[in-house]
Amino acid sequence: MEEFKVPPPSKINYLNADYGLKSWLLTKDHKRIAFLYLGSISVFFLIGGIYAMLIRLELLSPHGQLLSSTTYNKVFTQHGIIMVFFFLLPSIPATLGNFLVPLMIGAKDLAFPRINLLSWYIYILGGAVTVYALLAGGVDTGWTFYVPFSTTFSNSYVVVTGLGIFIAGFSSILTGLNFIVTIHTMRAPGMTWFRLPLFIWSHYAASLIMILGTPVIAITILLVAFERLAHVGIFDPANGGDPVLFQHLFWFYSHPAVYIMVLPGMGVVSELIANFSRKNVFGYSFVAFSSLAIAVFGFLVWGHHLFVATQSVYAGMIFSFLSFAVGIPSAVKVFNWSATLYKGSISYDTPMLYGLGFIGLFTIGGMTGLFLAALAVDVHLSDTYFVIAHFHYIMVGGTLLAYLGGLHYWWPKITGRMYPEGWGRFSALVVFVGFNLTFLPQFVAGYMGMPRRYHYYPPEFQVLNVLSTAGASILGVGLIIPLIYLLWSMRYGPKAPANPWHLPGLEWRTQSPPPTENFETTPIVTWEAYEFAPIEEMEVMGRFSETKAEV
Amino acid sequence: MAESYVTESEVAHHEALQHHFENMEQQREAAALGMWVFLVTEIMFFGGMFLAYTLYRRVYPQSFAVASNHLNIWLGAVNTIILICSSFTMALAVYCTQVGKRQLQIIFLIVTMVFGAGFLGIKAVEYHEKYVDNLIPGRLIPSRPFNPAVNQEGAPHDEHKLTLIAGAAVKQVELFYWIYFAMTGMHALHMIIGLGIMSFLLYFSIRGHYGPEYHNPVEISGLYWHFVDIVWIFLFPLLYLLGRHMGGHG
Repeated sequence: MEEFKVPPPSKINYLNADYGLKSWLLTKDHKRIAFLYLGSISVFFLIGGIYAMLIRLELLSPHGQLLSSTTYNKVFTQHGIIMVFFFLLPSIPATLGNFLVPLMIGAKDLAFPRINLLSWYIYILGGAVTVYALLAGGVDTGWTFYVPFSTTFSNSYVVVTGLGIFIAGFSSILTGLNFIVTIHTMRAPGMTWFRLPLFIWSHYAASLIMILGTPVIAITILLVAFERLAHVGIFDPANGGDPVLFQHLFWFYSHPAVYIMVLPGMGVVSELIANFSRKNVFGYSFVAFSSLAIAVFGFLVWGHHLFVATQSVYAGMIFSFLSFAVGIPSAVKVFNWSATLYKGSISYDTPMLYGLGFIGLFTIGGMTGLFLAALAVDVHLSDTYFVIAHFHYIMVGGTLLAYLGGLHYWWPKITGRMYPEGWGRFSALVVFVGFNLTFLPQFVAGYMGMPRRYHYYPPEFQVLNVLSTAGASILGVGLIIPLIYLLWSMRYGPKAPANPWHLPGLEWRTQSPPPTENFETTPIVTWEAYEFAPIEEMEVMGRFSETKAEV
Repeated sequence: MAESYVTESEVAHHEALQHHFENMEQQREAAALGMWVFLVTEIMFFGGMFLAYTLYRRVYPQSFAVASNHLNIWLGAVNTIILICSSFTMALAVYCTQVGKRQLQIIFLIVTMVFGAGFLGIKAVEYHEKYVDNLIPGRLIPSRPFNPAVNQEGAPHDEHKLTLIAGAAVKQVELFYWIYFAMTGMHALHMIIGLGIMSFLLYFSIRGHYGPEYHNPVEISGLYWHFVDIVWIFLFPLLYLLGRHMGGHG
């Protein structure tokens, strides 16, 4: 490993380089934009979370006494729209990715800083339009906007909500475009493709999906809006259109979108597992290429959402096969993470707890996905709570846990402050318990036939639903605790050193928080990713000793 | 590729170099790649409509032939030629920027814009013809819903009316016209954006911003312009030419 000294801490960093609202709203610094995103997606997460609690409260009793049927339809629709389009899709890429992609590859910024800021404004505009739609009366089509209900029969704010999602889509496209160009053209000298942290590989793969998939949902939503407004129809059977075409176009994006959500999470987990085991990831190149394989296969499996929607049985067989195939690169990751742990020197800090939680929950989510990819089983399980539980295991158990783990892991770098470790570990456990209690019963309910999107259900399902609601409450508590202590730590947390975890990655070789330019001089990379030396040896070499660096 | 950033750049520090790039070459590379990636998203954006076209053309071939043959093939052909010429002049504008011929660069940008505006003018004439014949689908124009007249057998042929062949239906003709308006409308919107970009380029060209050392904006705008042209190169045969042998002309 190359001799490397942490630069002496400077008083100036990206947070205090400039003051005032204007310096934030007109910033072109990727780190500040990441912070803007962090704040805004947290607000949307809170809104989506409130809808989730309303759903769970309504389902406490078999004949829901809290909400009317129309309201319930709107509540689950809006939960889905807010969580998918305004929290999960931007969550890791727009915050952690935005912050870390330039730092990890040794660049001063993303390739297009102004476009990066523009993407945040587009996101906020899309969010504002959607929130307006929710306040004006909401939308009741389900987040999937299936036609002809959405084009012809729904009496809710379909067009305005669609417009909000259409706008927000461009923010996703611009982020993906920025990442791809940055990773291609902005790597520091010596930072070859196979020295990139796996976080970068998975963001690259996710960006490919963002730029290839998002335009398709954009045009699809636009066509739905025109169909609704002007009675022109390529989806409406009354006009000779085909509603299944909508489902194909919708899922052509929305299935890969799942990988936009989970791939960056996998990148975070690769970092967590390697760094908290102090070992190189087992089979680095396999894990790197599995991200790309997921991105490619992910585009070829959308038809498994149409097994019961008049799709030909032969197409169904092919889609079923391909859906099984996408399990292979996912499994490569899980096995390689597990193998990385073997004989590692593991420390159970908060980020690692989230990382380990991810592996367990993602495995359950992935395995149950195989049930749904099997044609005959899917006929029984389609549109039941089994599906709900399955994708929440991927999106919440996967993406959300990875997001929280990554947030804790890089919190010292982002804010320059340490979070309280004890509270961190405690809330990680609460989240894990609460999550499982919420969604495990839903597998059972779905298997027994409870359909999704209904708020009246036979009384024999009540026990499972009460368990689920209890779990959701615990999960809610587990999410509020970090909200409180992370906010607290921004002001009162102990100051973080440049490299609190003693790690070799580039982002740890600059001060915490980093200066606006990220590095004082462009770093020259002469080491492989995850090249660990014993901590004592690093101290002796002066590489991680703050006091020596200050001299 | 990465190694080239190590040494101080051979290109002198140019005022257009943004702070986060090491040198002009890296900046140019990033801009070009960015535009290519953007064009990939554009292909996917139009792709949804091409898919819809392909699907319904296969399901309703007769109606699509009737509707297609009612389009004005001559105006479409002239527009195709105009756009190919505009791509040529755009390429010349890029070349003149690269070799530093500023006068010619400005002239070719203007010629490209004139071609672009000409295309939009002809498109407007075509749209107006459809408006007159009540062929605007659905209630896109609320006062003029889709309501075309149909040539009856034995009656004198009227070129403003649709001539239905066996297997064709007016409702399916409407579907074609919606796809036609969606695709050409989206294409025209891209042309209008392209003209906006051209005006921007023209303004800064006249002020002498672009030259042999710094020409990415002209170059990547050229890429965009060619892309929009290529979309039309696909639209013209698909919408105007396919199925002419099936009759239903006029």
